[in-house]
Amino acid sequence: MADMADLRLVHLSKQFAAAAAVHDFSLDVSEGELMCLLGPSGCGKTTTLRMIGGFITPDAGDILIDGTSVLRQPPERRPTAMVFQRFNLWPHMTVTDNIAFGLRLRRLSTSTIERKVTETLALVGLPGAGGKWPHQLSGGEQQRVAVARALVLEPKILLLDEPFSNLDARLRVRMREELKTLQRQVGITTVFVTHDQEEALTLADRIAVMNKGVVQQVDTPSALYRRPQALFVADFIGAMNFVQTQYSRARGAFVSGGVGVAASGNWTDGQAVTMAFRPEDVMFVEGDSGVPGQVRRVVNLGHYLEITVDCPGLGAIKVFADGQHPATDGQRLSVFLRRILLYADGTSVTEIDTPRLSRLPPADTLQNSATA
Amino acid sequence: MTAVASALRERAGGLLWFWSIGAFRRTLPWLFLAALAVFILGPLLSLILWAFAGQWFYPALLPDEFSLKWWSVVFGNRSVVASIKNSLVTAPVVTLLSAVICLPAAYAFARFQFPARRALLLSFLTANSFPKIGLYISIATLFYRLHLMTTYWGVVLIQLVGTLLFMIWIPAGTFRGINRSLEEAARDVGASGLRTFFQITLPIAMPGLLVAGLFAFLAAFDEAQGTLIVGSPNYITMPVMMYTLVLNYPQPVGAVFSILLTLPSLVLLLLAQRLLRQGYLAAGYTL
Repeated sequence: MADMADLRLVHLSKQFAAAAAVHDFSLDVSEGELMCLLGPSGCGKTTTLRMIGGFITPDAGDILIDGTSVLRQPPERRPTAMVFQRFNLWPHMTVTDNIAFGLRLRRLSTSTIERKVTETLALVGLPGAGGKWPHQLSGGEQQRVAVARALVLEPKILLLDEPFSNLDARLRVRMREELKTLQRQVGITTVFVTHDQEEALTLADRIAVMNKGVVQQVDTPSALYRRPQALFVADFIGAMNFVQTQYSRARGAFVSGGVGVAASGNWTDGQAVTMAFRPEDVMFVEGDSGVPGQVRRVVNLGHYLEITVDCPGLGAIKVFADGQHPATDGQRLSVFLRRILLYADGTSVTEIDTPRLSRLPPADTLQNSATA
Repeated sequence: MTAVASALRERAGGLLWFWSIGAFRRTLPWLFLAALAVFILGPLLSLILWAFAGQWFYPALLPDEFSLKWWSVVFGNRSVVASIKNSLVTAPVVTLLSAVICLPAAYAFARFQFPARRALLLSFLTANSFPKIGLYISIATLFYRLHLMTTYWGVVLIQLVGTLLFMIWIPAGTFRGINRSLEEAARDVGASGLRTFFQITLPIAMPGLLVAGLFAFLAAFDEAQGTLIVGSPNYITMPVMMYTLVLNYPQPVGAVFSILLTLPSLVLLLLAQRLLRQGYLAAGYTL
C-alpha cells in the first residue's frame, strides 16, 4: 500500500525553556521497520516525534526521508502522518469526512475517495462505521479511525504519539497486537513513542531508549533486555537487582559486604562498580555453595512467584521463581547467580556468566542497595 | 440541618409548629420558585396587557377593553418607525464588524504568546470598568473633529465599544478550549494554516462564537447612552426613542415599544438555544 522509505535523524538538537529538550539525536530507521522511542516522561521522545512530523523546528541537525531533507517542509508537505495521544478526530465531521479530509485536499475524484475510505476502514477493522460521528465511537474505535486517517494518505512514515495511553489496559494490549499486524501488512516505516516498556518490547523491531534528551541505547528488544549498555537502560527495562561493589586487588574480586565475586582482568584497586542481575537469573541452591539468605516476602503473581530475599552482603534482592519451588516467609536458603552485568560510571563494562561467589570474613562495610 | 431545625423548634416553641409538616417543607422551594416567576414574569405580563389595552381604569384587574390602537399609534409615527429601521441596520452591522475585528484578536490571545498579552486582554475590561458616560463624552469630542457626530458610522463605532468585551473574552476562551492536536492533525494531512482555521477551528468554535455574537448583538441593540450622545437628534435608535416615548406618550405606547424592543432578543435566544444544543452535542465527545 505505501511506498517503502527509510528515515534518518542526523545530530538532531532542540533546546527549550520549559519542554523536554533533545541533544544530538542520531537514529536510522530502515524501510518497513517499527521503531519505538522509549523513555520516562520528559525524556524528549515526543519532542523528537514532533520534529519528524514538522511541528517543531530543530535547532540543529537534519531529518532525511529517503535520503532527502524534509527540514524545510511544513507539516502539511511532509510525507509523514501522525496519530496523536487523544483528541484526534474532528468532532464536527463524520468518520468518513474525517478520513476523506486529506484526500479531498488532494483533489481526488469522488469515486476514488469513496473507495479509499471504504478500503481503509476495512483495514482497521471498522467496516461500515463511516456514517458515525466521533462521539458515537468508543476510545479504541476513535484511535482506529485516527490510524485509518493517517494511513489513507499513504504516507512514507507513520508517527504514533502514545496512541493507546488513554485506553484501558485490556484494550491497550489488543490494540497493540492489531497495530503490529497492520504495520506488517502495510509494511510502513513507523516511529512509535511510548513510556510503557512492555508496549515497546512487544511492538518494536528496535527500541531507542532515551533519557534526558539523550539516546542511551538503540537495539532489538531481546538485546536490550539481555545486555543493557547503560545503567539507566538496565534500570528502566524490566526488573533488575543492583548491588554496589568495590574491586579488591588483594582478593581478585568485587566485594560487597561479606560477599565476593571473582573477576579476571585488570581493575584498579578500590574501583566502584555496580553489579546488576535479573530476578530470573537468581537460583536457589542446596548446601553451602551459594550466598546464604532469608526469605522476607513471597508474592504470587500467577504464573510465577516474586520472592524478596535478604542476603547479607547483597541486600534485599528480588527473585522470580516458578511455582515448582515454593518458598515460605522466613525460610533460610542459599542463592546463586546465573549471570551478572557490571557497570562503571553508568555504562556497561562487562558481563560474567556463572560468576564465582564467595563468602568473605566481615571486613568491608559497604552500603548495599537493590532495586527492581 | 436537622440540628438547626430542632433548635429552632425548641426556641420558637409552638410558633413554628408547621415546620414539622413534611408537605409544607416540600412545597417551600416551589413557593420560592413561584415568587421568583411572579417577580420576573409579572412585569412582562402587565406589559403585554398594557400593550393591548384599549381602556384600563383602576381598580379593574384586567383592561376594560382590548384593542390594537396603540400599535397603530406606534407604527403610524414616522420617527418611531425610522428608529426601528435604524436599530435594525446598526446592531447587525456592529455585531459583524465586531466579529471581524475581534475574532482574529481573540484567536491570537488564545494561541500565541506575545509581549503584554495579559495586559492587552485586561485592557478590554477597562471600557466596562468605569462609568461609560464619561468615556462617551470624550469620544464625542473626538467625533466632532472627525465629523462623525449624528452619522450612521458614528453610532456604529460608539456601539462597537460595548461589544468588544464579549467578542474578545468569550471567543478567546472558546479557542483556548480547542485542543491543539485537532489543528495539528489537519496540518498533518495537508491543510494550510488558513484552511485549518476555517475548516477545523472555526466550526468547532462555532457554539462559543454564536454565544459571543448574541451577547454582542444585544449589547449593540440595547445601547442607549452612547447612541443618544453621538446619534441624536438625526440618528435615533429604538432604545433612544424609548426615552421620548416614555416621557411624552401615554403608558400603553411605552408598553408596545417595550415588546418590540424585547422581540429580537427573544427570537435570538430561542434560536441560539437550538443551535447550541446541537453544537455542544457534536463537540461533547471524549476519549
